[in-house]
Amino acid sequence: MTKIDPSEITPESVYLSRRKFMVGVAALAGSALLAGCGIGGETGETGGSTGGSGTTAAPGGTPTPDELTSFDAITNYNNFYEFSLDKEEVASLAADFVIEPWTVEVGGMVESPRKYSIDELLALYPEEERVYRMRCVEGWSMVIPWLGFPLRLLLDDVKPTSEARYVRFQSLDDPERLPGQRHRFAWPYVEGLRLDEAIHDLTILSTGLYGKRLLPQNGAPIRLVVPWKYGFKSIKSVVRIDLVSEMPESLWMEAGPREYGFYANVNPEVDHPRWSQKTERRIGDFGRIDTLLFNGYDEVAPLYAGMDLRENY
Amino acid sequence: MAERTQPDASAARRLSTGALLLRIAAHAGALAPLAYLLWQTLTGGLSFDPIHDLTLRTGKPAFILLLLSLAARPAVVVTGVTALRPLARTLGLYAFGYATIHMLIFVGLDFGFRWDLIVGGVLEKRYAVIGLATFLILLTLAATSTRKAARRLGALWKRLHRLAYAAGVLATLHYLWAVKFITFEQWAYAVVLALLLVARLPEVEGRIRRSRSE
Ligand code: HEM
Repeated sequence: MTKIDPSEITPESVYLSRRKFMVGVAALAGSALLAGCGIGGETGETGGSTGGSGTTAAPGGTPTPDELTSFDAITNYNNFYEFSLDKEEVASLAADFVIEPWTVEVGGMVESPRKYSIDELLALYPEEERVYRMRCVEGWSMVIPWLGFPLRLLLDDVKPTSEARYVRFQSLDDPERLPGQRHRFAWPYVEGLRLDEAIHDLTILSTGLYGKRLLPQNGAPIRLVVPWKYGFKSIKSVVRIDLVSEMPESLWMEAGPREYGFYANVNPEVDHPRWSQKTERRIGDFGRIDTLLFNGYDEVAPLYAGMDLRENY
Repeated sequence: MAERTQPDASAARRLSTGALLLRIAAHAGALAPLAYLLWQTLTGGLSFDPIHDLTLRTGKPAFILLLLSLAARPAVVVTGVTALRPLARTLGLYAFGYATIHMLIFVGLDFGFRWDLIVGGVLEKRYAVIGLATFLILLTLAATSTRKAARRLGALWKRLHRLAYAAGVLATLHYLWAVKFITFEQWAYAVVLALLLVARLPEVEGRIRRSRSE
């Protein structure tokens, strides 16, 4: 596995903005303090998940037992059905995907709906690096150094009204550019989060990884990343974000309601009906490691206090 | 094994060039996926999830060879070329071989022989149970595939080896349930299996034979 020199992946400006961000978070949200660190290993809650992969220095010098997955693997092993059902084919099919111009429309139950260009978003919300584990519902996982900003910052600016309970996300709908959209599913891809999940500090909109702009196969130019949920919740190539009052129905909920629920929290005790979720293969390692509740991000547990996670899968 | 020990030398000599070529083609074709897989494994040509790759690419040949093995009999019925008949056994044994590697990869490479996980977590899943059942059938058939076993089992042997059809059905279910969602490919295999089952009905076989001899 390639080891990455931290200086190679985290430009100084990003470091600085992260520090600023962390101070901001500390001031803002007492209980979310831990989450504010936002770096996978820093939560100190990765027991059992490391598979003896050794210790590397995370950007910023904090030790994390999770080794980064190689850039090569992250950019060439992709579940992105809008391009192909074959994970190894997505990168080549997405190579010519045009992402300019691109706008993200934020609306629904908000006081200040607004259309953003990617440049506007980048100017308003400085990127910071977040190293997150990504657990696919299929039973494999990666560790990815994302660049992005907390979704909360954007939502704060558009001011959700008091009726807003959920956030609905929608991907680009364009069968011309997305060949996979010509068949099979009820496109476009739609995902949803409860509002409190959406404003949690771990939830980011990502515009890059490994210090570079996102490549199309990873959801360029902008995507959601919710590290404690199965990967499919982290919707790619987002064009619309709407605040809504009812739980949105995601594409996967529609396609397989018994297999894919709204929450899709990583949970080793709640199997997919057809396969076990107790363990996972970390891409780049050999064999299996234990899957952790909430993918090891225990700080989100309060969001689900008193909820039956088996019922609400 | 049994095929190589022909009852007498003259029978072996009577093996036509065509039948010989057929046999060579069957062995070469059955071994090709394994050779290619080994080559890719050794040269780093597998996917970023190599264990998964190995699992799929041993399961798939096991499944296809099983279907081809089942297709040998109707092929004889339809074409009248009796040289096709021994392929049922040859291809069936290869199916068993791939299934064995498939299973060992799963148990050994993927789960590192962690029986707690395999028994507690995986074997409660229907696709895995069905896969195991299929494997056990293939094991039984392979173990009784010699001429000696056939002689010893007598009439029972025929009935026993009809389980190959059960293996075909179970393997198809295993496949349909193992994939995340079913595409055209899996439906196509299911249709092929259905045709093979229909073609095995004595009524249907009789009709085909009669129409051929007319
Ligand atoms: C103990 C027995 C078996 C176990 C534990 C087992 C396990 C598995 C697993 C884990 C997968 C991959 C599912 C995924 O993650 O995509 C798989 C796929 C598959 N298996 Fe098995 N299997 C067994 C027996 C068999 C047998 C006997 C056959 C055929 C004769 C077979 C044919 C297949 C096929 C065709 C696939 C799908 C390949 C593809 O998607 O391209 N398996 N099996």
